[in-house]
Amino acid sequence: MDLYEHQARGLFQEHGIPVPRAEVTDSPQGAREIARRLGGRVVVKAQVKTGGRGKAGGVRLAADPPAAELTARQILGMDIKGHTVGKVMLAQPVDIEAEFYVSYVLDRAAGRFLAIASAEGGMDIEEVAASRPEAVARIHIDPVEGVTSAKAGEIADAAGLPARTVDVLVRLWQVLVREDAVLVEVNPLVRTRQGEILALDGKVTLDDNARFRQARWGDESVAHDDPLEAAAAAKGLNYVKLEGEVGIIGNGAGLVMSTLDVVAGCGARPANFLDIGGGASARVMADGLSVILSDPAVKSVFVNVFGGITACDAVADGIVQALEAVELTKPLVVRLDGNNAVRGRAILDGRAHPLVQQATTMDGAARRAAQLANTS
Amino acid sequence: MAVFLTKESKVLVQGMTGGEGMKHTRRMLAAGTNVVGGVNPRKAGQTVDFDERAVPVFGAVAEGMRATGADVTVVFVPPAFAKSAVVEAADAGIGLAVVITEGIPVHDSVAFTSYAKEKGTRIIGPNCPGLITPGQSNAGIIPADITRSGRVGLVSKSGTLTYQLMYELRDIGFSTCVGIGGDPVVGTTHIDCLAAFQDDPDTELIVLIGEIGGDAEERAAAYIRDHVTKPVVGYIAGFTAPEGKTMGHAGAIVSGSSGTAQAKKEALEAAGVKVGNTPTETARLVLDRLETGA
Repeated sequence: MDLYEHQARGLFQEHGIPVPRAEVTDSPQGAREIARRLGGRVVVKAQVKTGGRGKAGGVRLAADPPAAELTARQILGMDIKGHTVGKVMLAQPVDIEAEFYVSYVLDRAAGRFLAIASAEGGMDIEEVAASRPEAVARIHIDPVEGVTSAKAGEIADAAGLPARTVDVLVRLWQVLVREDAVLVEVNPLVRTRQGEILALDGKVTLDDNARFRQARWGDESVAHDDPLEAAAAAKGLNYVKLEGEVGIIGNGAGLVMSTLDVVAGCGARPANFLDIGGGASARVMADGLSVILSDPAVKSVFVNVFGGITACDAVADGIVQALEAVELTKPLVVRLDGNNAVRGRAILDGRAHPLVQQATTMDGAARRAAQLANTS
Repeated sequence: MAVFLTKESKVLVQGMTGGEGMKHTRRMLAAGTNVVGGVNPRKAGQTVDFDERAVPVFGAVAEGMRATGADVTVVFVPPAFAKSAVVEAADAGIGLAVVITEGIPVHDSVAFTSYAKEKGTRIIGPNCPGLITPGQSNAGIIPADITRSGRVGLVSKSGTLTYQLMYELRDIGFSTCVGIGGDPVVGTTHIDCLAAFQDDPDTELIVLIGEIGGDAEERAAAYIRDHVTKPVVGYIAGFTAPEGKTMGHAGAIVSGSSGTAQAKKEALEAAGVKVGNTPTETARLVLDRLETGA
């Protein structure tokens, strides 16, 4: 789960990392008042969970409170790469003397966290790493030791950062560990003309798996932009909205991803990702169907289940029960394969729902679902 | 011979007395697994009856190992307790810990995979279906009755895609199928399994199933090019996944230009791996390859 910049800034502040004075608001009037409190001249920054907002015009300087109100009015509601701006952060401008980059990221291949640091901050670190790899220090962190002052000193030395950044590097590691983050990034970390070290912009990604021990995260931080995703999340479904016409239900993340690909290979676009898990119970099937059928873009639905631990006859019973609970309004193609597939198919044949058809192979079912979506 | 797990393996189950643990211990026993004990400190000294077999419960992994000679543990304990369960197993010096538990915080996975490596314990998972050597032993939750023993080795991040391929190739059969798990950090990688299958005389051909996220498949491709002489057939899921959205597995996410299915497919093909466009086509590639003689 990605945090907004202002949330990341809040975490940095709690852990003693120096940040510029700033406040957040969702209204132009609020922006005017904040600008007045911050001394008049402010930077107005769109709060969106995507990069490139500066280039999109989402970060602008305002000379005084009325200008801050006007700028906030222009930025609020703006679309940046498909993200609508709901809030702006107003921050005191800073006289920058030097810009640095520091982050801790998960290195999957090494199974460890990696410190990445550079004295060339402020720009895209991937570009710096590609064009001038020697300018970027990369140091693995031992999970037991963590980042001590000595380790932080090593990172700062390797990257050519001033010694005064050591304290920030230690505290940033504390943010990562104590907040159960999988990414913390400060870009840029700046030295001002007054000699202060400040985290000017930051990114934090929290680990969804750690929710059980991070009670204070609350629900606000998992807000879904898409109403269908929100409805699915409320039912505990693992659903992602996509742009197509064929609704997809399957069991197991890998099989569902594969189902999307096979449908796309048949010349139709999948409308969603929905994994109902290994059990594929009647209740989850009914919940999944109701979410997918409420998507106006959906023209056909493909249920792709492999019966392993839960055999196909139990899955077929679940589909029949789901059809009692949900009114089917679009054609449904079902592919059951695996344990007791023949019995499962017979159960669905027995139900003889006019909108339900079966296919015995995944590829054949995908072709049929794609045809139905493209001809209706 | 198979890899990592044979009929000689003596298996403990941590979390055996919980709902999932009970259900799958029964299934493992039915598949022929030599389950020698469960571990639960609060139920030490009890026994649990699974049909004809009474399985003892030990208070600790070390105690269970002393009493039974167990060399494998399957971990079903909830996410909050998984790290201490794995650390306990590694401290006891067990050879293989199969971590089925889904939803373990990544900081915990980083800690216990690193710790286990120091102690010489192989971890499979977390968030994985386990591994099966058909006809011999099944450690985890893979359905045993959808395939049989044979000469294909399979390694996969995904459970259900593993089952799909196991079923499509049920007439050929498998030496061992290893579900390594869909989390960003796992104890055993595609490469570890490729190396083991390359050395396994019972494995004639290797199936590698990958999915979006990270660069494990690209690394596997480089390893195949340099070290694997047996034929490898691949499948990658997630071509249609949009950037920035997690597709079910915590590790399955495309970030910018990295982790795409296309890049993985190209890397594998460049290493001489035939890659199927669908699971069914992948199964056909395996059959073709075995018929023409590897």
